[in-house]
Amino acid sequence: MNFPVLSAITFVPLLISVIVLIIPKSKENLIRWVSTILSLIPLGLAIYVYFVVKADPATMQFKEEYSWIPAIDVFYRMGVDGLSAIMLVLTALLSTLCLYYSIYTIKERVKEYYFLFLLLQVGMTGVFVSLDFIFFYVFWEIGLVPMYLLIGVWGGERRIYASIKFFLYTLAGSMAMLLAIIAVYLNTGTFNILEAAAAQPFAGNFTVAAVAFWAFFIGFAIKVPIFPFHTWLPDAHTEAPTTGSVILAGVLLKLGAYGLIRIVLPLFPEQFAYFSYEVPIIPILAVISIVYGALVCMAQWDLKRLIAYSSVSHMGYVTLGVSAAAASLHAGGDATSAIIGLNGASLQLFTHGIITGGLFFLVGMIYDRAHTRQIKDFGGLGAKMPYYYGIMMVTGFASLGLPGLAGFWSELFVFRGTFAIIPVFAMIGILGLVFTAAYILWKVIQHVFLGEFDQEKWDTATHNAAITDLATFEKVTMWPLVILMVLIGLYPSLITRLLNAVSTALISNF
Amino acid sequence: MQTFIFLLPQLILFLSVVLVFSVDLMGSKEKKWLPYLALAGALLSLAVSIFLFGWVDIGEKSVLGGMLALDSFSLFFQIFASLVATMVILLSMAYMELKSPYQGEFYSFILLACFSISLLALSSDLVMVFIAFELLSISSYILTGFLRKDPRSSEAAIKYFLYGSMASAMMLYGMSLLYGATSSTNLVEIARGLAGVDQGLKWVIYPAIVMLVVGFGFKTASAPFHQWSPDAYEGAPTPVTAFLAVGSIGAGFAIIVRVMLTALPDFQINWVAILTGLSIVSMTLGNFVAISQKNIKRLLAYSGIAHAGYIMIGLISWESGVFDTVFDGISGVLVYLLVYLAANLGAFAVVVAFENKTGSNQIEDYAGLIKRSPLLAGAMVVFLLSLIGIPGTGGFVGKLLVFGAALRVEYYFLALIAIINSVVAGFYYLNVIRYMFFQPLDEPDREGIELPVSLSTAVIIACVFTLLMGILAQPFIQFVQSSLGLVTS
Repeated sequence: MNFPVLSAITFVPLLISVIVLIIPKSKENLIRWVSTILSLIPLGLAIYVYFVVKADPATMQFKEEYSWIPAIDVFYRMGVDGLSAIMLVLTALLSTLCLYYSIYTIKERVKEYYFLFLLLQVGMTGVFVSLDFIFFYVFWEIGLVPMYLLIGVWGGERRIYASIKFFLYTLAGSMAMLLAIIAVYLNTGTFNILEAAAAQPFAGNFTVAAVAFWAFFIGFAIKVPIFPFHTWLPDAHTEAPTTGSVILAGVLLKLGAYGLIRIVLPLFPEQFAYFSYEVPIIPILAVISIVYGALVCMAQWDLKRLIAYSSVSHMGYVTLGVSAAAASLHAGGDATSAIIGLNGASLQLFTHGIITGGLFFLVGMIYDRAHTRQIKDFGGLGAKMPYYYGIMMVTGFASLGLPGLAGFWSELFVFRGTFAIIPVFAMIGILGLVFTAAYILWKVIQHVFLGEFDQEKWDTATHNAAITDLATFEKVTMWPLVILMVLIGLYPSLITRLLNAVSTALISNF
Repeated sequence: MQTFIFLLPQLILFLSVVLVFSVDLMGSKEKKWLPYLALAGALLSLAVSIFLFGWVDIGEKSVLGGMLALDSFSLFFQIFASLVATMVILLSMAYMELKSPYQGEFYSFILLACFSISLLALSSDLVMVFIAFELLSISSYILTGFLRKDPRSSEAAIKYFLYGSMASAMMLYGMSLLYGATSSTNLVEIARGLAGVDQGLKWVIYPAIVMLVVGFGFKTASAPFHQWSPDAYEGAPTPVTAFLAVGSIGAGFAIIVRVMLTALPDFQINWVAILTGLSIVSMTLGNFVAISQKNIKRLLAYSGIAHAGYIMIGLISWESGVFDTVFDGISGVLVYLLVYLAANLGAFAVVVAFENKTGSNQIEDYAGLIKRSPLLAGAMVVFLLSLIGIPGTGGFVGKLLVFGAALRVEYYFLALIAIINSVVAGFYYLNVIRYMFFQPLDEPDREGIELPVSLSTAVIIACVFTLLMGILAQPFIQFVQSSLGLVTS
């Protein structure tokens, strides 16, 4: 097996973007279809990796290693284990769906749009396969620029404010991370993520290690986002075009959480444990994110902003799960619970990706019809758009963690793990589940779909827009996500079979 | 004879100056090809210096009675100066045709200024340093005031001249103190002399260092000696602004590195203290003032002040005698200068192209540039991202090396200030991108911008190099690492 699969998954989108650049601007349809169809290549390869990657032992597979900048020991290093493999599938799947959905929804500056979107995919994919700090950092930052432009050009009314806020927040975080990366290099003499973890940087010096830990943590926390670093998120998600929000919520947030699991946890287990158990700043922030995010959702009347804040809340589960796993190191070794918590956090990355991705698609679909996102403008849509209603029900229920759907398992695992290790935080955090159920049922389902449909109100709010149920392309976009939600809900082992060994290895390496 | 071969690049530059001048004087009516003559001179000098660098082993030696230092460090700046000359001439061709009938003088002064950059990098004697410094300053004053019918150009030249002569005078005073303490003007001799200097005379060194830093700080446009730069940048003809922003800063760093490393290594603790202050003030002031700029030339001026602050970190983080790691600081200085050259000259090429077409330098007029010229807008994004320091562009490698050097010697505070500043810088660079991409055109029927060959060549070269230095950094870092040979005692 010498075919460089991971390089192909990462760089085929770059190739497609070059093709897009060559096609003349006027041939918009050609650009749209060529990018969408060719994007099936990375998707196919990612699914191939998913099936081929060995769950156990959780070592890095499909490794590729070439010298890149020998003068500073930087290598082109790639590899995947179970965790990265499922993130690859998520990235490729959501990207393809977005490209497909854009065929029908992006009417302006098509060439630029597809070019930037494919560039964004390169950045996101690269983060999940890099095993070298600088390489990782390059991809981490490369995704930033196209996303900034996507929000700024194709976004909503306050797009300029939102785009620059997004960029500067992330830039601030990644600059802190860059310093930490260099410091780790100077201490361990390597940019290799795995070797640096094995070397345990600053092992003898808790204070310096804690500073480096926080530099990394803040870099990732801004992206996750963890309260109080979350304020860029509602603006960016709300103002971004539909596909931009899908990618932001579905993949970009996962980059931060992935970094916590892949880099911070193995590099600084002592510090992570200390700040999760003795001085429990991290679980406190996680719980605040969960509860505060959910409460803000309850108060939102803008549907898209509501979904955006629900991401703050739901990504809090990931942080909670990871910090519980870290806390087990000092809490006295219930390794099984730690593994379960970490499994939950990793599973949440995938399930939240497809669920929130789906929710943002759905919000985009109603906005395209009504040109308003105000929940109060809707009501009784269930009778008018039954197909839409049905899909929204499944996705919404998955989001609130209904058993039988994908969201249930990840939340169960997170709380099962957390409860055994840091029970106080599990008990407060579980309030988030209650609030989530409340805002999904009350705000999203009841206000939008139930009740009598009021034609007059609809006409004034939307300036006499036509109400049509989902078009074929919208159904095609949603079905893969819905199928996955149900499949994972019924048979979570589809994903967890790959995660368990990874979590076990992480915990046992403490 | 050997010395002659090693000085060939300088001689070529100087002969081109003379040639362009005299051809212009001959009074031939056809002056269209004068720029090409100047370009040929710059390219020939570039080719010869690259040849010398790559295929001839110079070693490190003093020649002409210790006046000049032939080493790989000076050769690096010879390549740097020829690159600047080439690019600035390309930038000037279309611009000067529109603005001034005096073609010959302009190109010979550009070449003369670049010649003095390489002379400055070669100097290993305070007398030589001062001569080269003045030659560079005087040609820069003339170039700045070149559009004599434009009052802003004249104002810029006067300001520049007043600040410059003051700085030169201070520097000269500092030099005289050094001479007084060591009875030598040769940098290597000074280092020896200082080692055995009379204790009663030692205090003289400190004011001498301060006054030298004033002169060098003026050339590198470091705050608080930067006041000339925004006005001079705004008023000068735009290609000259490009020259000042890159060439002048490069020359300043060439000489400050050489003087500090060869003459004053034993006083590192003293000059590091001063330079740290300079660096912090430059970064912070440059970036924060740049935020409110509406004119792209002023914006680039202030951001240049900030970049001088970042580059200074490399010199500050130099640890006496350490050259075995890339994070030695001086490598960072040189790499940063290279990426800054590509990105900043590229950005100025875009500014020149835009000004040729519209006559405006206001950032808000860049609205909708992506529609009017995708090449210009796309390339400008690459340049600005490089100036921010986004990976994939050269700017990232420069910042990586400079920040890495600061962390290696544990100047955490300096590194922290530098990264905060990098984020601030992100704001105003993105603001330009915002206008180019997000703002719709007020009048949608505005025509596109056609580029003359010279400008599109400059834009494409700068763009390719900016990306290459980010993606395939290895050869550039290697090139810089073999440029660290300095004549020392």
